[in-house]
Amino acid sequence: MKKTLQFLVLILCLSATKTIMAQDDLLSILGPEEETTQYANASFKTNKIINLHSIENTALGVLDFKIAHRFGFINGGAYEFFGLDQASMKLIFDYGITKNLQVGFGRTNFEKVYDGYLKYRLLHQSKGKRKMPISLSYVAGIAVKTEKFTNENRTNYFTSRLYYHHQLLIARKFSDNFTLQLTPSLLHRNLVESTAVENDVYSIAIAGRQKLTKRMAINVEYIYNLNGQIDPKYFNSLSVGFDIETGGHVFQLHFTNSTSMVEKGFIAENTGDWTKGDIHFGFNLSRVFTLVKPKHKD
Amino acid sequence: MKNLLYFIFFFSFSFIQAQNKYFSKDAKVHFFSDTKMEKIEGTNNKAVCVLDASTGALEMSLLVAGFKFEKALMEEHFQENYMEISKFPKSGFKGKISNISSVNFEKDGTYPVDVTGQLTIHGVTKDITTKGKIDIAKGVISASSTFDVACEDYNIAIAALVRDKIAKSIKIDLIAKLQKLQK
Repeated sequence: MKKTLQFLVLILCLSATKTIMAQDDLLSILGPEEETTQYANASFKTNKIINLHSIENTALGVLDFKIAHRFGFINGGAYEFFGLDQASMKLIFDYGITKNLQVGFGRTNFEKVYDGYLKYRLLHQSKGKRKMPISLSYVAGIAVKTEKFTNENRTNYFTSRLYYHHQLLIARKFSDNFTLQLTPSLLHRNLVESTAVENDVYSIAIAGRQKLTKRMAINVEYIYNLNGQIDPKYFNSLSVGFDIETGGHVFQLHFTNSTSMVEKGFIAENTGDWTKGDIHFGFNLSRVFTLVKPKHKD
Repeated sequence: MKNLLYFIFFFSFSFIQAQNKYFSKDAKVHFFSDTKMEKIEGTNNKAVCVLDASTGALEMSLLVAGFKFEKALMEEHFQENYMEISKFPKSGFKGKISNISSVNFEKDGTYPVDVTGQLTIHGVTKDITTKGKIDIAKGVISASSTFDVACEDYNIAIAALVRDKIAKSIKIDLIAKLQKLQK
């Protein structure tokens, strides 16, 4: 009996030694890894798709300065140098106040419009510890058209110059390369051309991004206006563009039938018809400046 | 026979005792790319490592997403274009300190150590040999090392456009304050 006991103790001791020796994966002794949340970032190269806002926010403390151009219609032919003889221009300043809140200001020479907006991220697509299938942001903006009134004999009010828009950006990054975004919008115009058209315009936009290489992507966006709200002489906006990223800059080169670069214009006042070649070549050039360096906790 | 059994009994216990391991869950890994055009650096304060002081075995691991930068865009490009974190979320080291026996963990001092093993970055594993040191001061143990890695060795492609802005060889330095593992 004693012998058996001694033998058992021996076996136990040896096996204990053996289990400890067998730990070849050292890190496992620290216990299971803490699960982390991985947020989907870089769904688009910058905070604009072409004309529309993208789901991307300008990072905290970062100023994103954009210069955007839309040249004339390509179908102007060689005489108009395929549109390059004319250009409308917009300066855009976007700033990230917090991780989720971005504000922006812009001025465009077309109709002499000043506009401003704020964009707030409500949901951020993620996997891991915290799962969220989509990202969702809300955009609210206002534009002031400062061009002289066409009819100066009429009593003109300042409020007639104002345009408002509200948008939801609903996006999902399906893979590293492919992102899809839906954007329902409400545009309100204080003054419209005639009583036959609505002051409120509801529209829904669909936009996508497909990366071609690590630094290049193709973007498409289409804005569909629900029937009967705008004058039939206007067309829905369709744009196709390429993003080329070069470190600190993003070049967005695109073809679009929208002349205006503010919501009131590119949603509801497009005179260009793709089928007739009323297409603008244009670009957005983005450069970011880190104004406030982030304080990293820990 | 009885004596032999007791010997084995105590011997195996002494073996268990000799399993003195040290660990850190907040080791700091910093990298630096220095060119005339641009200085790029990132810091990760969440690396985990375990050192087995009896065998010299050393392992380290970190989440690449944990590298923080001064410029948000650099961080995004680091994750998206260079390290491709959705494919390769982790980097790590597995190897040993070959002269661990020269380190007296009970006595204050600075002990130079030789480290060899395999470094995994961007899904590519390469053999690496480097030097480091273990500092022991009033019972606080910190291990540190500095070494260079070439982007090319780890299949990290640098586009022609930014070739002047990113160094071919990246300097990595790391420091870990080690605690004794209580088990």
